[in-house]
Amino acid sequence: MKKMRFLCTLMLAGMVFTACSDDNDAPIAVNEEEVITTLNVTLSPVGGGTNITLQTQDLDGDGPNPPVVTVSGNLMAGAVYNGSLSVLNETVSPAENITEEVEEESNEHQFFYTIGGGLDVTTTYENFDGNGNPLGTEFSLTAGAASSGTVTFTLRHEPKKPNDGTLADAGGETDITATFNIAVE
Amino acid sequence: MRLYVLLALLLSSISSISQDCNYTLSGSVKDLHDGSLLAGATLILAGTEQAVLSDLDGNYMFTGLCEGTYAIQVSHPYCLSKGFTIKVNGDTKSNFLLEHHLEELNEVILEGEAYRNQTKTLFESKISNAQLEDFSNGTLGDALNSISGVSSLNTGNTVVKPMINGLHSSRIVIVNNGVRMEDQEWGAEHGPNVDVNSAGSLTLIKGAGALRYGGDAVGGVIVAEAPKVAKKDTLFGKTLWSASSNGRGSSVSSQLTKSYKSGWYGSLQGTIKRYGDFETPDYVLSNTGAFERNASLRFGLNGLEYGIEGYYSLFKNDIGILRASHLGGAQDQVRAISSNRPLIIRDFTYNIGNPRQEVTHHLARLKIFQRIDGLGKLSLQYDFQRNSRQEFDIRRGDDADKASLDLELDTHTLMLDLDGDLFDTGSIKLGAMARYQSNFADPTTGVRRLIPDYDKYDLGVYAIADYRVKEKLVLEAGVRFDYSYMDVFKFYRTSLWEARNYDQLFPEIVVEELGNQILTNPQLDFYNTSATAGATYSFNEQYNLFFNYSLASRPPNPSELFSEGLHHSASRIELGDLRFGSEISNKLALTFQRKNTTFGFSVNPYINTIRDFMVIEPTDVQQTVRGNFQVWEYRQTKAQLLGVDVDASWAFAKNFRFNHQFSMVKGYDRNRNEALINMPPVTTQNGVVYQNKNLRNLKLAIQSEYMFRQNEFPDNNFEVFVPETQTLETVDVSTPPEAYHLLKFSSSIDLYKVDKSKLTIGVTVSNLLDTSYRNYLNRLRYYADDLGRNFLLNLKFNY
Repeated sequence: MKKMRFLCTLMLAGMVFTACSDDNDAPIAVNEEEVITTLNVTLSPVGGGTNITLQTQDLDGDGPNPPVVTVSGNLMAGAVYNGSLSVLNETVSPAENITEEVEEESNEHQFFYTIGGGLDVTTTYENFDGNGNPLGTEFSLTAGAASSGTVTFTLRHEPKKPNDGTLADAGGETDITATFNIAVE
Repeated sequence: MRLYVLLALLLSSISSISQDCNYTLSGSVKDLHDGSLLAGATLILAGTEQAVLSDLDGNYMFTGLCEGTYAIQVSHPYCLSKGFTIKVNGDTKSNFLLEHHLEELNEVILEGEAYRNQTKTLFESKISNAQLEDFSNGTLGDALNSISGVSSLNTGNTVVKPMINGLHSSRIVIVNNGVRMEDQEWGAEHGPNVDVNSAGSLTLIKGAGALRYGGDAVGGVIVAEAPKVAKKDTLFGKTLWSASSNGRGSSVSSQLTKSYKSGWYGSLQGTIKRYGDFETPDYVLSNTGAFERNASLRFGLNGLEYGIEGYYSLFKNDIGILRASHLGGAQDQVRAISSNRPLIIRDFTYNIGNPRQEVTHHLARLKIFQRIDGLGKLSLQYDFQRNSRQEFDIRRGDDADKASLDLELDTHTLMLDLDGDLFDTGSIKLGAMARYQSNFADPTTGVRRLIPDYDKYDLGVYAIADYRVKEKLVLEAGVRFDYSYMDVFKFYRTSLWEARNYDQLFPEIVVEELGNQILTNPQLDFYNTSATAGATYSFNEQYNLFFNYSLASRPPNPSELFSEGLHHSASRIELGDLRFGSEISNKLALTFQRKNTTFGFSVNPYINTIRDFMVIEPTDVQQTVRGNFQVWEYRQTKAQLLGVDVDASWAFAKNFRFNHQFSMVKGYDRNRNEALINMPPVTTQNGVVYQNKNLRNLKLAIQSEYMFRQNEFPDNNFEVFVPETQTLETVDVSTPPEAYHLLKFSSSIDLYKVDKSKLTIGVTVSNLLDTSYRNYLNRLRYYADDLGRNFLLNLKFNY
């Protein structure tokens, strides 16, 4: 019986020591590191003129608000544009430039440009990864005859490289996909 | 002890000087542990030369005794003989308790009764130690899957979550060695953290009958018990080794036990399992390997009147998640689902890359008990659990090797239980429980917390009584009250906070606004009542009828309350609801059983009506810059589950036995009048076993498993825009896969047997015909087939 009493005491003592480490501090907010909120496309006409900018911005990330899509203007028939893409995380301040990471890991990334709905434009890759395969944060765009339709920019992570330029062949995972309604006039 | 008996014998022979000598001494001999009556016990009354045997009901009687003190020695074939001193004063009644587990070593199996029943009126399914050994290389879920009515919700083949009569996760309470597991069971991709090799037996209770462990087991209770240790001087152990062709891996498990006649014992057990990528009939399932390491230590004193036990176990598992299941959004889902093969297939490797899980579970327990005369067995238990869970995703740049989810869940529990044996025809059990739990989510992951930081306090009390009305009828009733308090710190996105109208409903819980986030401090209380009532009627030795009603109430778990955001491994946005209350289940279960070694069966129909059932299902498609994601929201509804489980076993010829199982469950959402998502399809298993004890215990078995197609399912399909084709494509996430049929062959033979040591070898081939199939309850069914043929070689060495 004495043994039991000793064991009981031991156990209760153990409880007291282990169960009372409650600190009621509020946790710190998490800096979301991998969120992509914004894709900016800048189209500069070769030989000068007004830049056309396309933007999709979703400041609440995976939250319920949809992205806000803006297109600054229409393309000019027959014009050639230098295009550049920038990817941002604007939930942190200052905004994180994800384009740099994409360019550093160029072998694992590629942008794809999908033209749809009768839009008469063509695109060409202007920058490449370490193996000479397209990366596509820089590109050129040639506007054809007057028309309207969509252009979709898709960033794929770990696509098959080289590929035939289509999303279907490239595979991989989608990091960004944004579709813009645009016209050539 | 022996000395006392001798002394008593001497003394009694002196003191029994004749006076009035026509008294009787009568009573019964019982098992100390479960109160079962012991027939054929020998009782010797010192000094009178009288010896009697207890009858079939354990009763005995001595006649012609004088007033005075007698020494009695009671012995029984399976018990340690014990001396008692009894004062006879008139016709005296006295019951003797014997320790009835002496011979329960290693190979001696006292069929079905080796472990105490958890309930009296709910039919319990047991998996014995010998059967468990067949699953040495698998998971707890695999072993449970062999019971009718149990299916599993899988993520690949290494995360196997048991599902009882269509219910899973927080609705199933797993009790490991007397400790209720607190291991973040809420996630569908979280398997239970129990080493199947550390259990001596598994008991499954389909329903909330085991109130001792909680009142929230809407689905059922799984009790894993450690092997019993005998009270004698011995040292024994066993080693199981297995190698399998699929996964090209191996598992080793060893166990060593030392025990003493004084009741002291110690036991050490360890398991290592290592597998590389598993394979379907046609391709490698890239990144599906697993590396599991477990150890447990148990020691204690197993006395008749008192005892103590300490237990510690460590469970550590690294699990690869199919690489092709990691997707970037709904458009990727369209591609993955429409492709027959996974989009990523690489060469076989043992390496486990991202996505993967790393889980560590520590469990420590200290229990003491004291038997108090006239009251029963009083036990006090303290346990501590620490569950660490890390999930690694495919990430970019500097974060590539950082976990996306890093949770640490600590739980302390104190339990006081009284197993009362107050009267002969029944027993009463009382208990109280206090628990403190804290969850910490590491903020350095750079990903918003899926489960917030919280502290949780639980208090519970229960009482269960059973009463033998007459020889054939036993009644049981129990009630339990639980109080839970949760103190949570949760960051909400401002946009969700407002979209959900929480800014109107809960303005008082806002602590601070930070940019596009709001820190809140929800403090939630839940009061839950659960109860059970039932009856068991034995028509005769063979036929039994069990009837049970159970009321269970389960408070919402942190994931149902607080989920908010993208769940990468599921490629979907999951949303919980702060407004939820407890879900309440009313289950009626009936079991008709025939216990017979030639032809036995059980039929178990049930109906479970659940109010405020929490279910997660697709509601919407949400656009983000990363593409469109499906939104899955938890909601509460009225659910009803109806089903029947059938088991039968027939020894149709000498050494041959036919086994049959059939399970069917239908789940309905009664508010929407549609089927519930993820209900197990109808399944039947049939097998023939040949076993010859005279031929080195040769065992050959062939088993067929037929899984029907699930024809009742809700339509959760959605549409996404595909830019290449400028079309809206339907993403079919609802349609269940086709029915399939699998064959399994198994065999084993004893290579040698000397004294207590025995070597057994076995060969098993699962998916014998190398069938390609997909299982409705496998979350990765959209992306890949299930496992192909597997050759398994196993060796078992007892010593």
